Amino acid sequence: MVDHSSVLGPISAKKSTGFRLSLKTVVARAYPRVIGAQREKSWMFFDVFLPMLAVSAYVFVYRAIGAPEEYVGFVVVGGAMTAFWLNVLWSMSSQLYWEKEQGNLALYIMAPNSMMAILLGMALGGMLATGLRAAAILILGSLLFDVQFQVVSFVQLFTVFMLTMIALYGMGMMSASLFLLLSREAWHLSNLAQEPIYLVSGFYFPISSFSFWIAAAASIIPLTLGLDAIRQLVFPTGPALGFLTVRVEIMALVVMSVVFVVAASYMLAHLEKLAIREGRLTESRR
Amino acid sequence: MSSTGVASPGEDIDSRVSGRGLWRSFRTASWLGWQIESNWTDPFLFAIYSFIKPISAAAILVVMYGIITQGDFESPIFTYMYLGNAFYIYVGAVMAGVSWAVIDDREHYKTLKYMYVAPINIPMYLFGRGVAKFIVGSISVFITVVFGMLFLHLNIELTAVNWPLFFIALIIGVVMLALMGLILAGVTLLIAHHVWFLGEAVAGALYLFSGAIFPLEVLPPAIRWIGYIIPITYWLELIRRALVGSVAEAFPTLSNLSNGQILGILIGLTIFFGVLSVFVFRWAEKQARERGLIDMVTNY
Repeated sequence: MVDHSSVLGPISAKKSTGFRLSLKTVVARAYPRVIGAQREKSWMFFDVFLPMLAVSAYVFVYRAIGAPEEYVGFVVVGGAMTAFWLNVLWSMSSQLYWEKEQGNLALYIMAPNSMMAILLGMALGGMLATGLRAAAILILGSLLFDVQFQVVSFVQLFTVFMLTMIALYGMGMMSASLFLLLSREAWHLSNLAQEPIYLVSGFYFPISSFSFWIAAAASIIPLTLGLDAIRQLVFPTGPALGFLTVRVEIMALVVMSVVFVVAASYMLAHLEKLAIREGRLTESRR
Repeated sequence: MSSTGVASPGEDIDSRVSGRGLWRSFRTASWLGWQIESNWTDPFLFAIYSFIKPISAAAILVVMYGIITQGDFESPIFTYMYLGNAFYIYVGAVMAGVSWAVIDDREHYKTLKYMYVAPINIPMYLFGRGVAKFIVGSISVFITVVFGMLFLHLNIELTAVNWPLFFIALIIGVVMLALMGLILAGVTLLIAHHVWFLGEAVAGALYLFSGAIFPLEVLPPAIRWIGYIIPITYWLELIRRALVGSVAEAFPTLSNLSNGQILGILIGLTIFFGVLSVFVFRWAEKQARERGLIDMVTNY
């Protein structure tokens, strides 16, 4: 008699379902971003080197025009945070487009796990891997340009940072769903969303320099309020240059975190159905 | 030539290196590059895309400058910074654009091997692929400069511009950037797709060391010398002198050199990089053929 158990595996193996399956999916999708990303040393080097070039250029611009030294600190912090924005653009929003190009998207849809868990894994993995790079940029920039920090409250700082990340990656999950419908234009849209966001979100200067309504509109990007709050918490002149108080910004970030993550789950479900109906999951329109 | 009009073996000219062959390779690649750059969306959205990106990049510097100097846009440092930033768009467009064509064709469209099989000249093909980026870059530069003149009091008197110097410097600069792009293209032939940021990294490094947005004197002395061996430094200086002569006098970096001397240095460095690009690209191409990398697909 043929021993089927050696072919099919032990019959008593427990299948993961529900929450366990989702958790395993999150870990599995986060794994390549956390572990795999560190294996390619050139990525680690360029992920720190490229933002440092931009940081250095803007630091020297500020020094050339005689800016106060804390503006150098603003640039270093802003430069570190650009790593997260680029990760959201290229590794969250555009990720499903890359998967479609490589033929993995259909496999994700066919697998018995939820797409939301996959996106969550991407978000968590991206957050962790990018966090290492952002920390490297921050430390390098601070040492190179002699930036001094005076943290008012570590608890508030940690809260602001985590809420900013949750809201930001929630937004990334929303746009990842939207990009399910796109093809080659996805690359161009992500490319377009770099400099304009650096400008309106005040990566390199206080957002309070803009009028109230422009700054308020820009606050839809979580990094706008997150950066503003971080600057108020780590630089002595931060509060004087802040847009809103730290408390108000924390509350706004809480609301954004909830809204973006919930919206992401609805958008994903709706847009997945739409993409399946219109046959966009496997198209490769170059 | 035989009566059928077909060249006999002894008379066969390699069309890849003949004048007509070079022009054909360049012309066809230019057309192809433009199709790729522009046909992903309708013209209106493409126009918005071409407008928003350069204006936003310039606006970051303008806002930074405006905050610190309380809006002193009459100062020569603003003109220096703005023009340098505007024309630096060509560096990313042309230099990175020529090298990007290797990745685009090899990894995305998987047609590079067919290019090598076709009767075209590969370096001219790569230059042609850079033409579309040059056109888009030119539009961006034009929009940025006009925006500065109209809304930011950018001090350019059209009647006072040294147009011959401007166009000569521009043409030499674009050729210089294309040749540097060929060097990068050669290196790109040998490396995996995930090093798409090579062009960006080099452009970013040159941004820092070429005095594009701040005078070289701001750099620490230990690294300032790098700016003096980069042709882009002299190119941008010539462009500024052609457009707004008085700006150059406000900064000591190259003030002891005349226009003719700077032009001579730029031409000399362009020739140097031209020769270097030929050797580097030939060597890299040979390595890529021997190691079977022409049709490499890395899928990172």
